[in-house]
Amino acid sequence: MRELLGRFIRRTAQTLRLMVGVGDYDGYLEHVRRHHPDQEPMTRSDYFHYCQSARYPTRDGAIKRCPC
Amino acid sequence: MLATLRQFALWSLVVLLAVLAFAQLALARGEPVSALWLVVAAVAIYTIAYRFYARFIATKIMQLDDRRLTPAERHNDGLDYVPTHKWVLFGHHFAAIAGAGPLVGPVLAAQMGYLPGTLWILFGVVLAGAVQDAMILFASTRRDGRSLGEMMRLEMGNTAGLIGMTGILAIIVILLAVLGMVVVKALAGSAWGLFTLLATVPIALLMGSYSRWVRPGRVIEVSLIGFVLLMMALVFGNMVAQHPYWGELLSLQPATLALGLIAYGFIASVLPVWLLLAPRDYLSTFLKIGTILALAVAILIVAPPLKMMAVTQFIDGSGPVFAGSLFPFLFITIACGSVSGFHALVSSGTTPKMLERESHIPAIGYGAMLMESFVAIMALVAACVLEPGVYFALNSPAALIGNNVEEASRVISSWGFAITPEILTQMAKDVGESSILSRTGGAPTFAVGMAKILSDVIGGQALMAFWYHFAILFEALFILTTLDAGTRVCRFLIQDLLGTAIPILGNTRSWTANIVATSLAVSGWGWFLYQGVTDPFGGINSLWALFGIANQMLAGMALMLATVILVRMQKMRYIWVTALPATWILLVTLYAGWQKIFSSDVKIGFLSHAKRFSDAISRNEILPPTTSMAQMQQVMLNDYIDAVMAGFFVTVVVTMLFFALRAALRAHNNSEISTSESPIIWRQQEFA
Repeated sequence: MRELLGRFIRRTAQTLRLMVGVGDYDGYLEHVRRHHPDQEPMTRSDYFHYCQSARYPTRDGAIKRCPC
Repeated sequence: MLATLRQFALWSLVVLLAVLAFAQLALARGEPVSALWLVVAAVAIYTIAYRFYARFIATKIMQLDDRRLTPAERHNDGLDYVPTHKWVLFGHHFAAIAGAGPLVGPVLAAQMGYLPGTLWILFGVVLAGAVQDAMILFASTRRDGRSLGEMMRLEMGNTAGLIGMTGILAIIVILLAVLGMVVVKALAGSAWGLFTLLATVPIALLMGSYSRWVRPGRVIEVSLIGFVLLMMALVFGNMVAQHPYWGELLSLQPATLALGLIAYGFIASVLPVWLLLAPRDYLSTFLKIGTILALAVAILIVAPPLKMMAVTQFIDGSGPVFAGSLFPFLFITIACGSVSGFHALVSSGTTPKMLERESHIPAIGYGAMLMESFVAIMALVAACVLEPGVYFALNSPAALIGNNVEEASRVISSWGFAITPEILTQMAKDVGESSILSRTGGAPTFAVGMAKILSDVIGGQALMAFWYHFAILFEALFILTTLDAGTRVCRFLIQDLLGTAIPILGNTRSWTANIVATSLAVSGWGWFLYQGVTDPFGGINSLWALFGIANQMLAGMALMLATVILVRMQKMRYIWVTALPATWILLVTLYAGWQKIFSSDVKIGFLSHAKRFSDAISRNEILPPTTSMAQMQQVMLNDYIDAVMAGFFVTVVVTMLFFALRAALRAHNNSEISTSESPIIWRQQEFA
């Protein structure tokens, strides 16, 4: 039960973050450790800045969310 | 056997419920119907559509196969391509498609009664809007998460892709002007509203700095801090509005507000994103999601009666809110709640890059759009729980109902919606404003309706003004974020176009190029906004129609692309799934576009309106409510420019139709599967 609640809270927080374009940092760390053990992962702060620059309009003019 | 029977019984019950709800809505004449019936009808239709139609599309057309690796798995980099839990991604996708549009369109459409709007919101979403979102998400997923523009180029040719992108630039310009207009109409002469909105700027700057230097990445924490500050500003705003000096100072004229918005748009969009745009985005996204949930719960608790009739006499096109008859204008007025072209851009954006399994497409593509449609239903409820007289007082232009409550109530009562000056004055007092007359644009109506419903749950009459300004704040906050982000999108599109001619202007790192392109973008939407505010015939009346045409045009383009893809997949048997909604939308857009340009009714046609003014100018006569020859000239020029815009949108649709037909015909003659799907990579057997 406790585990279930913990997972629910984690997922909710993850959803809220992803709603504003900030991905799952722990998942990213896990990914780099498993698949690219030779690489140094970004710090939490760098990862956050990466997500921010990816979300808002950049060169390709892609629209990440409905403006209307 | 028993399970099948139970299934059958369950779904028969749902169908029965839908029929019962529609019977209540359509047949109950005379006495008010409970808004709950609207909710029941909507939810029943959504469940049936999701269970049967979405599943049909998924199995027969998409043939989703979880053994195929999705782009998120193939390119998993832990950053952009990340397999994401189904419901987490659903939240992301819904937050990305949910905007201010579904809150405005249905409110305007309520002038024809609640029934026409409800029917189009429900059947439009099930047969067109959700189909479009799901099909584009599917197409993009099968193509490594390519964007809409790239897919248009791939499936329909380079020229089609280029025309599509130019169309998108024009839509954004009109859209930003319309949204700016909504803010101006909601905040003109409202010191409380303006103060709260201004307060969001320092709050956002504070949040941005906190996220940059103090605790980066703590999004939820910083949003909570921002939310608390925002609520304090909201409460404090009332005192500011009461203050003799500050209250007066912050009660601005529409034209001043428009200029302020234009200046804001320019400054905000050249600042770094982390400073202002990102923190505003957090606030507006969470506020929006929270408000939607709160409103849904409140409607269920209060079950307010719908005061608006099912159908009003204005279906004939003589309505004060927008001109034009039910067909085609209802269908372009309710834009985003039933089908929105912008969703095709979102569905081919970040979502396909995070999809964990193909079988999640119906829930995320189709399901999230059903949710969006439900937001539109709630906006319709908010407008229809008001006394019809109050609704028309809020939404009719001053040119029709005058500037004081006596005249307004006399005119509106003469239309058959009885209302007294006392009620209008009392309503303005209840929501803490000096007047509620002619607050067009949808946002104030939605805010009054929402305040009425929410104050029934929490706070009663005493909190009504608070809830009203809360609703205004959340819409204005959202729109200002969009003005900022949208100006940036335009800037990059313009730099892309200019860069081909003058390379230095294409350099996105150059400050000069940035300033030049941003100025062009801002003056584009700024011009439409300013003329909309100053022109007595402009405003929501002409701009929302242009926006509706443009947004439906984009949806038409996306559905045409989906149809071409079906032909290329050799799915001729099922082509009607996208071809029918595409045809309907083209019919509506082209007919509405044609009427907006050429109709001989001066209330609808831009050209006949311009002619009326040019004739008067040649007779040296000034037509009220214009006051000078110069203003007459301006009105005429605005009409011509609006006509050109409408003509441009119509041309884009027709050209895209040509390219779509050509691509479809070629693929049909080919008789082999010819899509540009990425090659299949099968999942390694997990349980082998």
